Amino acid sequence: MTTRTKPSIPDLYRDARAGNRLAVGRLLTRVERGGADADTVSELAHADAGSAHIVGITGAPGAGKSTLVGELVSHLVAAGRRPAVLAVDPSSPLTGGAILGDRIRMEGSQDAVSAPSVTADGDAESVRHKPFIRSMATRGHSGGLALAVPLAVRLFDALGFDPVIIETVGVGQVEVDVVGAADTAVVVATPGMGDAVQANKAGLLEVADVFVVNKADRPGATDVRRDLELMLDLSKVTGQEAEIGYRPPIVMASALEGTGATDVLDAVADHLSFLESSGRRVDRRRHRVRTEIEARLAQALQRRVSNLLASSTGQALLKQVEAGDESPTSVTRRLLDELLSTAPSTPQP
Amino acid sequence: MTVGETEGADTETTAAADRETAAESALTPTQDARLRIVLAKLGLDGHDRGLKVVARILRDAGMEVIYLGLRQTTESIVTAAEQEDADAIGLSMHNAGHLTLAPAMVSAVAAAGMNTPVVVGGIVPEEDVQTLLDAGVATVLGPGASAAEVAQAVRDAVIAAEADAS
Repeated sequence: MTTRTKPSIPDLYRDARAGNRLAVGRLLTRVERGGADADTVSELAHADAGSAHIVGITGAPGAGKSTLVGELVSHLVAAGRRPAVLAVDPSSPLTGGAILGDRIRMEGSQDAVSAPSVTADGDAESVRHKPFIRSMATRGHSGGLALAVPLAVRLFDALGFDPVIIETVGVGQVEVDVVGAADTAVVVATPGMGDAVQANKAGLLEVADVFVVNKADRPGATDVRRDLELMLDLSKVTGQEAEIGYRPPIVMASALEGTGATDVLDAVADHLSFLESSGRRVDRRRHRVRTEIEARLAQALQRRVSNLLASSTGQALLKQVEAGDESPTSVTRRLLDELLSTAPSTPQP
Repeated sequence: MTVGETEGADTETTAAADRETAAESALTPTQDARLRIVLAKLGLDGHDRGLKVVARILRDAGMEVIYLGLRQTTESIVTAAEQEDADAIGLSMHNAGHLTLAPAMVSAVAAAGMNTPVVVGGIVPEEDVQTLLDAGVATVLGPGASAAEVAQAVRDAVIAAEADAS
């Protein structure tokens, strides 16, 4: 199968649809690099995508997200599902390098055996759905992640993976946006991470559809549960529960004791049922598409802004601010006029 | 994931001194096409300090390291390399199993239809190096290889494999 020439994107896509995992891996690389190849993948995948349940899992570093995801995946495979995981880890802002260490916590899930293969003799491989786990580095803050994640998810979806699980550290707006745009957002909390006041602060907790109190074997787990319940009680009055009549469940889980994974899956499935019965799944999808398009537009504009500032016009105006002839606000206004009146100067790489 | 500064005798490098040069040279050839490297210990071999140091070296050289760590099998490494579209596989070997395990890794990669180069580091006696190279291992890095040498060896292995494929 040594291919001498580089296969085209449509060829890779066809192979991937036929179940070639090598092709899936290569397509994901193109997706990550962005540009025209990524757009082609997007076009191809768009036609076939739209059915997978997209689950975002987030929480502080060390909360046990990857371990939990590994367990979820094992159970999903055992139930005959075909899960895919996108595990996002940060890149170094200094060198751009990254150590992607989520996979190491999920290795056992690759050996998970789906139920039918237990009875099959000999050709167990044919019914065994290996989960597909892909690590992704954030690669800087310039919005690359906001583009690459939705596209990778769409690709998994189009290839028949379901559910598609996105795991990110819950820091940074992009990460929160990505998880918030999933069908079901799971927020993982652990004992020792602050009190009820923390739980009422704005942010991550607001996007949660399911809470997991992880490391429930540790002291303080019930306190976390109580604080979260309290927070949710308040949202009976003003928040999500008052608005749409859905109260995010709180699930206790412990990898040490091997408990909670199936409860998490049940809660996630229940949330999907709620979305479907209430007609809200369409809203989620609309929100997701909107978030992605917004990110794409923002990135395209950002590039034009950078180009403009680097141009002679931009440089001249900046010098005028330096010299004290103009203020940053007045120059901004003039640059904005310039930006809106000119067509994009260079095609995107 | 923390990497100990200099603990124990098997630190394979004088990392601090070389880090700057490694990071610098990394910025030139890769850019968008960031190298993705799978790092693992194959089989029963618990000495992962060296591998952790190498992970950090490659990260600091601007690469993306998919760290698999201890007790991997040729199958689990192939699976990871496939799903992660790895540019190279790095094996760390300290248990004298290299003559068996490294060639097994090379054949497993080939059997999966990949041409991903396999780079071996750790403790490999001088007289075994050629045997490993003949078996298809891309490079063998020994103790004392500097951070810059490690990063460059990985980069060279990737470039050679790409040239091979086209």
